[in-house]
Amino acid sequence: MSDASCMAKKVFMLSEIVKVEHLKKYFPVQKSFLEQLFTRELSYVKAVDDVAFSIRSGEIFTLAGESGCGKTTTGRVIVKLLEPTSGKIYFNGADITKLKGEKLRLLRRKMQIIFQDPYASLNPRMKIIDAVGHPLEIHGLAKGEEKKKKVLEVLEKVGLTPPEQFINLYPHQLSGGQRQRVALARSIILKPEFMVADEPVSMIDVSLRSSIIDLMLSFRKELGLTYLFITHDLAVAKYISDKIAIMYLGKIVEMGHKEPLFWNPMHPYTQALLSAIPVPNPERERKRIELAGEVPSAIDIPTGCRFHPRCPYRTDKCSKEEPQLIEVEKGHFVACHLMK
Amino acid sequence: MPLLEVGSLTIDYPTSRGAIRAVEDISFSLKKGETLGLAGESGSGKSTLGLSIIRLVPYPGVIVKGHIKIDETDILKLPEDEMRFIRGRKAAYIFQDPMTSLNPVKRIGAHFIELIRTHEPNTGKEEAFERTKTVVKNLGILSERINDYPHQFSGGMRQRIMIGLAIALNPDLVIADEPTTALDVIVQAKILDLLESLRKVYGMALILISHDLSIILERCDKIIIMYAGHMLEYATSIEMHRNPKHPYTQGLLQSIPNIELSDQKLVAIPGSPPDMLNPPKGCRFWPRCSYAKKICRVKEPPLIKVGRNHFVRCFLYGKKGVHVERNRKS
Repeated sequence: MSDASCMAKKVFMLSEIVKVEHLKKYFPVQKSFLEQLFTRELSYVKAVDDVAFSIRSGEIFTLAGESGCGKTTTGRVIVKLLEPTSGKIYFNGADITKLKGEKLRLLRRKMQIIFQDPYASLNPRMKIIDAVGHPLEIHGLAKGEEKKKKVLEVLEKVGLTPPEQFINLYPHQLSGGQRQRVALARSIILKPEFMVADEPVSMIDVSLRSSIIDLMLSFRKELGLTYLFITHDLAVAKYISDKIAIMYLGKIVEMGHKEPLFWNPMHPYTQALLSAIPVPNPERERKRIELAGEVPSAIDIPTGCRFHPRCPYRTDKCSKEEPQLIEVEKGHFVACHLMK
Repeated sequence: MPLLEVGSLTIDYPTSRGAIRAVEDISFSLKKGETLGLAGESGSGKSTLGLSIIRLVPYPGVIVKGHIKIDETDILKLPEDEMRFIRGRKAAYIFQDPMTSLNPVKRIGAHFIELIRTHEPNTGKEEAFERTKTVVKNLGILSERINDYPHQFSGGMRQRIMIGLAIALNPDLVIADEPTTALDVIVQAKILDLLESLRKVYGMALILISHDLSIILERCDKIIIMYAGHMLEYATSIEMHRNPKHPYTQGLLQSIPNIELSDQKLVAIPGSPPDMLNPPKGCRFWPRCSYAKKICRVKEPPLIKVGRNHFVRCFLYGKKGVHVERNRKS
């Protein structure tokens, strides 16, 4: 927890708001008719393969990794946009893995998600007032004038001022940064407790990114919001997060508070990842850790440690036995055989 | 003698609602072996500027003013058939999207052989084939793989192939337009390392276009900061990092997170980039500038020299800097 004043205000802060255990999500691979005739076996893309973590109330927890590592799928499974293949999801202590229908709808008031592309996540034929107020109508919370009042209020909160100027516009009349603010407004109008933010700033112009990030940080204080932040950009992750989990091919390879993780990365993959990030300083000589090859396909996952074919420190054990995520230092977890 | 000299370049895109001035009055030069970074947000005109150097400004864009000299020849005056031989042999372009830039029904090797034999018709098939193998090997790809099709390659490998196609004819200048935007960080670092090492081996000059100021600062000798079609600042990267002059550059540097700093405070630039159909009068940046004065809203600031190899387009430096002509030589 980086913010002490925040902690003092909210006593419940240390309780776990979201917890996942042995979470798996496999997608079956489509086969042609002929292939179906000749093989019985189905193959799967193992997008998320046995992931466990918990997020405490008020925390910003980041899932980071390269494309295809399963970070987005994990986020979507948690907000129940996708059914997990196996594993458990808990929200405020209650098992929500199998939740359906009316109960799921009620849960969605408390969990929201915002997406990467504000050009795709807003309906082009809906005015801002309808887009932002839509959740209120779906949940039967407000209509007409009351809806308008709430929409104006929330637009003001996301920095679209004066809000009266925006409510009758369509998404195409807004810039990318403004659209992402609208998407944010829509997701906080129900006053959720938990939000999944899937690459919310990666399509926004550089000069505007930090304003969106700061807005999200301010909601944590004002609304007591807890975030699962998903990003490929570790520099952004470092700025925003309390805790970070690095994923590789569907598994968490390292997890911990951001400071120890950035100062003392222990997993060879994390080390390579951090050494590859450009630093805005021309006078800084950097040592790059080279990795062999590329990320293998999530259909044919390497045996043992899934990182071993690219690892500069691999041993015989690595190709045979899968390392477990173990606590190496307090709160710092690493899945690597080198750690023992 | 500079390899590339761009002088007062101005490019318009006529639309039904009036012309969009995508690039206005830009001058710079580049020597052999140098690396220049073009940094700016989307819509700043950096890609249009890059494309104009090989005279491929997309329709309906027109170059309304200025000159582009490669090795003293003004390419804007060349007939199209001569221009074709400048492209590829003198100056080559690496496009942003490696997924759509390769022909899906052609083997990788065929792309190279076609390129080599179009530009050098006297080359035999065998020789072209051997040259292809050497280039592909220099890209860090097994030479057997030239018989594969583009879909059998990953995004990073396709981008390597794009780089290979750009350098195959040994050009003096390579323009790389966001070459790593679609790629992950580890692959990005590898591709940029590859570009850097090839640049040294082949002695080319490189123009790197990117919205990511971190990459530009890390990889380039000189930097141009573009905003709404204008060059707001021009300096060596060390100077740009130590001593940024333009409020926009200062703002950009404060808005990018740096993993080497802890407890960094990011500061966003207020407002958003202008609508290019109705750009603000005077300095294009004044509506977002916290130092804006009255004069900024009426008059366009000239490019002012503020140090050795350091130029800025801002009224803040009117008195300290020495006023210079716009089509200066570096």
